[in-house]
Amino acid sequence: MDLSTQYLGLALKNPIVASSSPLTWELDSALALQQAGAAALIMPSLFEEQIEHEQAQLDRFIHQQSIGHSETDSFHPQLNDYMDYQNKYLNRLKLLKSELDIPLIASLNGISEGGWVQNAQELEEAGADALELNIYYVAANPSETSQQVEQRYIDVFSAIKQRINIPVGVKLTHQFSSIISMVKQLEQAGAAGVSLFNRFYQPDIDLETLQIVPRLELSRSSETLLRIRWIAMLRSHLQLSLAITGGMHTAEDSIKGLLAGADITCMCSALIENGPQHISRVLEQMSLWMMDKEYESVQQLKGSLSYQHAINPAAYERANYLEILDNCSSASGVLV
Amino acid sequence: MPKENSSITIDGNQAAASIAHLCNEVIAIYPITPASPMGEWADEWSSRGQKNLWGTVPEVIEMQSEGGAAGAIHGALQAGALTTTFTASQGLLLMLPNMYKIAGELTPAVFHIAARSLACQALSIFGDHSDVMSARATGFAMLASNSPQEVLDMALIAQAASLQSRIPVLHFFDGFRTSHELSRLDNIELQTVRAMINDDLVSEFRARALSPEIPVLRGSSQNPDVFFQARESVNPYYQKMPGIVQQVMDQFASLSGRQYRLFEYLGHPQAERIIILMGSGAETAHETVEFLNSQGHKVGLLKVRLYRPLDVQSLLKVIPLSVKSIAVLDRTKEPGSAGEPLYKDVVTAFAEQLSGENPLFEQMPKIVGGRYGLSSKEFTPGMVVSIFDMLSQQPKNNFTIGIHDDVSFSSLAWDDSFRTDANKLTFQAMFYGLGSDGTVSANKNSIKIIGESTDLKAQGYFVYDSKKSGAVTVSHLRFGPSVIRSTYLIGNNDANFVACHQSVFLQRFNMLDKASDNAVFLLNSALPADRVWGSLPAKMQQQCIDKKIQLYVIDAYDVAAKTGMGKRINTIMQTCFFAISGVLPQQQAIESIKDAVVKSYGKRGQRIVDKNFKAIDETLDCLQQVKLVDKVSSGFDIRLPVSADAPHFVQQVTAQIIAGHGDSLPVSAFPADGTYPTGTASYEKRNLALEIPVWEKELCSQCGKCPLVCPHAAIRSKIFSEKELTNAPQNFLSVPMKGKGFPEGAHISYQVAPEDCTGCGLCVDICPIRDKTNASRKALNMQPVKPLLEQEKENWAFYLQLPDFDRAELKTNTLKGAMVLQPLFEFSGACSGCGETPYIKLASQLFGDRMLVANATGCSSIYGGNLPTTPWTKNADGRGPAWNNSLFEDNAEFGLGMRVAADKHKQQAIELLQGLRAQLDSDLVDSIINADESSEAGISEQRVRVKSLNAKLAVLKSAEAKLLSQLSQYLCRLSVWIIGGDGWAYDIGYGGLDHVLASGRNVNILVLDTEVYSNTGGQTSKATPRGAVAKFSSGGKPTAKKDLALLAMDYENVYVAHVAYGAKDVQTLHTFIEAEAHDGPSIIIAYSPCIAHGVDLSNNHRQQQLAVNSGHWPLFRFDPGKIKQGQNPLQLDSKKPAIAYRDYIMTETRFNMLWHTHPQNAEKFLQQAQQEVDHRYHYYQQLSELDWDDQTTLKSARSRLGEAKETTGDV
Repeated sequence: MDLSTQYLGLALKNPIVASSSPLTWELDSALALQQAGAAALIMPSLFEEQIEHEQAQLDRFIHQQSIGHSETDSFHPQLNDYMDYQNKYLNRLKLLKSELDIPLIASLNGISEGGWVQNAQELEEAGADALELNIYYVAANPSETSQQVEQRYIDVFSAIKQRINIPVGVKLTHQFSSIISMVKQLEQAGAAGVSLFNRFYQPDIDLETLQIVPRLELSRSSETLLRIRWIAMLRSHLQLSLAITGGMHTAEDSIKGLLAGADITCMCSALIENGPQHISRVLEQMSLWMMDKEYESVQQLKGSLSYQHAINPAAYERANYLEILDNCSSASGVLV
Repeated sequence: MPKENSSITIDGNQAAASIAHLCNEVIAIYPITPASPMGEWADEWSSRGQKNLWGTVPEVIEMQSEGGAAGAIHGALQAGALTTTFTASQGLLLMLPNMYKIAGELTPAVFHIAARSLACQALSIFGDHSDVMSARATGFAMLASNSPQEVLDMALIAQAASLQSRIPVLHFFDGFRTSHELSRLDNIELQTVRAMINDDLVSEFRARALSPEIPVLRGSSQNPDVFFQARESVNPYYQKMPGIVQQVMDQFASLSGRQYRLFEYLGHPQAERIIILMGSGAETAHETVEFLNSQGHKVGLLKVRLYRPLDVQSLLKVIPLSVKSIAVLDRTKEPGSAGEPLYKDVVTAFAEQLSGENPLFEQMPKIVGGRYGLSSKEFTPGMVVSIFDMLSQQPKNNFTIGIHDDVSFSSLAWDDSFRTDANKLTFQAMFYGLGSDGTVSANKNSIKIIGESTDLKAQGYFVYDSKKSGAVTVSHLRFGPSVIRSTYLIGNNDANFVACHQSVFLQRFNMLDKASDNAVFLLNSALPADRVWGSLPAKMQQQCIDKKIQLYVIDAYDVAAKTGMGKRINTIMQTCFFAISGVLPQQQAIESIKDAVVKSYGKRGQRIVDKNFKAIDETLDCLQQVKLVDKVSSGFDIRLPVSADAPHFVQQVTAQIIAGHGDSLPVSAFPADGTYPTGTASYEKRNLALEIPVWEKELCSQCGKCPLVCPHAAIRSKIFSEKELTNAPQNFLSVPMKGKGFPEGAHISYQVAPEDCTGCGLCVDICPIRDKTNASRKALNMQPVKPLLEQEKENWAFYLQLPDFDRAELKTNTLKGAMVLQPLFEFSGACSGCGETPYIKLASQLFGDRMLVANATGCSSIYGGNLPTTPWTKNADGRGPAWNNSLFEDNAEFGLGMRVAADKHKQQAIELLQGLRAQLDSDLVDSIINADESSEAGISEQRVRVKSLNAKLAVLKSAEAKLLSQLSQYLCRLSVWIIGGDGWAYDIGYGGLDHVLASGRNVNILVLDTEVYSNTGGQTSKATPRGAVAKFSSGGKPTAKKDLALLAMDYENVYVAHVAYGAKDVQTLHTFIEAEAHDGPSIIIAYSPCIAHGVDLSNNHRQQQLAVNSGHWPLFRFDPGKIKQGQNPLQLDSKKPAIAYRDYIMTETRFNMLWHTHPQNAEKFLQQAQQEVDHRYHYYQQLSELDWDDQTTLKSARSRLGEAKETTGDV
């Protein structure tokens, strides 16, 4: 059985990639993932916000700590040589790269154009095989149009693409009015692939304190459905690599993703719940299913149910249940 | 390690520390102002692995006190390690016993002293020689440095001379003036240090070390037959010492080109009048003598460098034979002596040589002694001239200079406007900033830039505040082509550049007094350029016109906000300085600022670097020159420091100090014994808050939390009758009391003191009530102060005159009730959001009207008792806490003494009462003796009885009656409080604390545990938690926090509690009440978030909750009174740790910075600490669950626990 595939121009031995999680940060678990058959690893995101926060904190409490009291010019020893979050990330990237045989994809989550470019270059220098840009912009400004929001994504991507040579993919949110057009613009700007869709911390309300608290829960298989639709639609229109991520728990989930047109399926919550060994089980079940259905290779099944190739492609376009009802035409000869 | 062949811009402390670190193997340290930075540098360098001359990293060890440091030094020296220390003031006094031993055993060592006043009528952290003069009999040699350059050089000379002579050296320089003066110095090359330190001598020193290989006995005890002779055996060493020092100075000169002499004379070779002195004042005298001689005078100056052993011959040899009169200046005072030490030494020297054979001088010149510069009092050229004038007219002995002594008439008058020509070519600049706005750090940076990029000499001196919130800093910078010897502040009409970094200062300080003609005045103001003129007070407008000031304005806060710098304006104001001062070409200056920014933040701080660059560029665009108007237009002037209705003393003295005119107050203005009125902070309206809390009375549940948490007692609650509202201001708010137990028509008001609030927002943070329709609106909300100020001032004034609710009628065990009690600790200068002051304030509310306070030196003694004002105050009856600070190390004993005295007085009063029973009302006598004062009502009734007793005693004429009338106040219940920080309780004062706990006496000990030495800048104490980064623990404290509570519980009758008011306020309240009620020692260990934790104090309550929830700070009360009732004395008031220890410490920079520097240690310490908090809770839990039905003691319970551990293998 040939499970090989390609993603962001990287040749992968199979379509199961371990996506950003604590498992892809620690060396022991990363090695276990490789051992279990993961085709590639995507590191946890380097968060530009965290870099900013850390620098602001050090600036406030270390570099600028004086209060002007005659006995107290400062409170903390000055830090001269210190390891910051960004450096720690780069060191970890180098370590993983040196210990792993499978491709390593760095991930970058940022907010400002300047910061993104500089960070991306450093990730490339540290040895990342590819880069995933994890962009999530909350359009909270009432005067900003959706077009401007989209342009922001394109600008950020383009700035980075111009400065680095490794392939760059973009992990997207589903909150676009026109996802296909959006991805198309990214492809034209040089994106090697897109990953659909990101799951972010969402604000929740704590009923005890009435505070707004960020929350992130592990995904469920049911979340794959939204992704399958858009993978299937995109596959028919675009050539760039597609990754399906968010809700990929079982071999069945992965197979559906591939059928819809994904080049890889990314797993995270399932690995956290079941451990790295889960990948080998998924791969085994995937092979069994393919054997059962007489598929020879992943290449063969990829996109075989895309919008273009689906038996009933219109179903991908249907928006809601009412529409489905409306489409139920009466059998001939029956009076309504 | 000094860089080679270079100049460096450092202060005196860094200069001393750099040589000390290079030339020693063991460094024992303890923090004390102004010497702390020397220890901090040494610790920092060692933690970075910086090596000494012999290629090894010196071992830096912090001790529990200076006494401990001296003991450790003695031991290390005896074991053959080159050892040093740094200290000052009372710290040096604690070292004296060991110094006699170290010198007596002829042990080479150098102690570096940033000389500071000793506490007498008051503590002072500033510079004079009273500390080092107390050490002159120890046998240490004493070598004085007059400037940061000399500190660097003399530190090395001292080290070399000590090794050669075997005599230890006290190397001293003036605290602050030299220790903190930033100056451009010629560095000492490493080869020079290498050449100066003779390894053969080091080997000889090591060979004398105690060793079992060559066993000897040292430190014997000797009898009358031999001690005297043995003591005289050291004489040859002392006789040789001056020669050795001069030889070492000569060797240093040959290597560095800088020649020093034991006694350095300069001035006219045939001078008839000379001044003799040592220390930084000698530099001002140097500058003045040179000027006077250039004007045709014949005057001279003798700088004393080696003060002990005093080489009389060398001293006399350099004095011109032409001398007719000499003034010897001492920077110390010996009350009651015939003269100060240096004066007496000089007189002795002359007397000795004149009475000897072949005297050098034909006759005795007139020699007078005088005092100058105590506690860093200014010493200016005008004063030097005045002394020379005095010598030429009528030499006056025992004079003072620099003050106006209208009591003993010792002082000389001087001309304030006298100037030498030393600063003709010097650029002099002054900057007024807030401590928190980074003005000082920007100026230090500017000095370094100028020092490094030009050939100019540079000097920076910084005048700090004694307040911690809203601290004002004044920076004095000089740049010039020649050596700068002006060791005095920039005077009136001298500054070429004056900068005002905060526009609120316009109404507080007359900054343009300092400006010279045509000076540049830079103002940071939010007003557009065309409205700035109108914001200047009339007097400043007039000065602008008269002096042809060039006025520039920038809205630095706007530039900071626009460029992502937040509220940091230091880089912006620094850019303005360089842009308009003309000290450096603008382009070069801007590049240098940018280089400095890059150096500060490095590669990793690129974002902050970018923001700074943006701010620098934007600044140049936004800086505007304001066209001067030729007419004064303002109708207002600099405001009065206190209101016109303040008491006489406050008007005459306190107000002058507040206004910065303390220097002009005469001796007669001051109480001779250091006694000051309380209640003065309320007159010092500081108006620091930009926002103040506004009460939404409809929402309020009257819970009392806001007054509890307010660190400055700036929000209060009062219950009063509705009738009182008749004349209330229109906007004064109150609501009827909720709940039962209050009289009909009772109203409550929550009122803010708008001019005393610091705007910390903690009252709003703690407020539990939210508007049901708008969750962001609470019963208290911060609002901009400006539109509210006048209205709230009126409301506050009305609130203050409302009568206080009867204490006896309040349920003080509820927050609502207790918080109606008047705080007798208000408006302190503590940091905004301080975690300590709410505890002190609470004690003052509950017990303040009968409180005696012994306060250890530290933050609480500074915000509690640093002039000009004190937050300790009194109630409408004139009753309130009486307060004193003895020392850092003896506070527990000091408070115990108060208790012992009060108890003794009470006992004698009762004896007298019984003796006078026949002449007094017998029922009254019995009711006084048997009074129950366990409640406020009981206390109040006893006061009435004692008042009635006093009335009866007044008519009795007997001596007993008179004595009893003096002692009768002690028949009322007194509350003795011993207050201090963790540095005192855990470290330097622990021995005394332990003794007081064991004494069984009824004292209340409040330990404000910030887990570091906060006041001196965050050095490690034994209260510092494992893994916390603090000064002296740069790599994270490797040992666990000492469990002071557990140690205290070991005594039989000590009430012990852990509290954290932000986590469980009612537990804190109950603890204070129970502790005070306990008839025996009680100790409350109070968790006090501090800015030294590296967390914004607006999160104060959150941090307390995290500390409790993580198990770092378990809450409990151990009440031995319960044992008598067959109950377990220990009650745990907090639950099992509910969050991971990591979740607590990751919120505080003191912990999380270790992950940046020592990640492996950080993880290791975290694991250990997690186990410790779990274990401790488990341990306390077991203690709290022990069965106390039988006559069990804690000790036997522990032994049972021990048995359980053996059988189960687990505790």
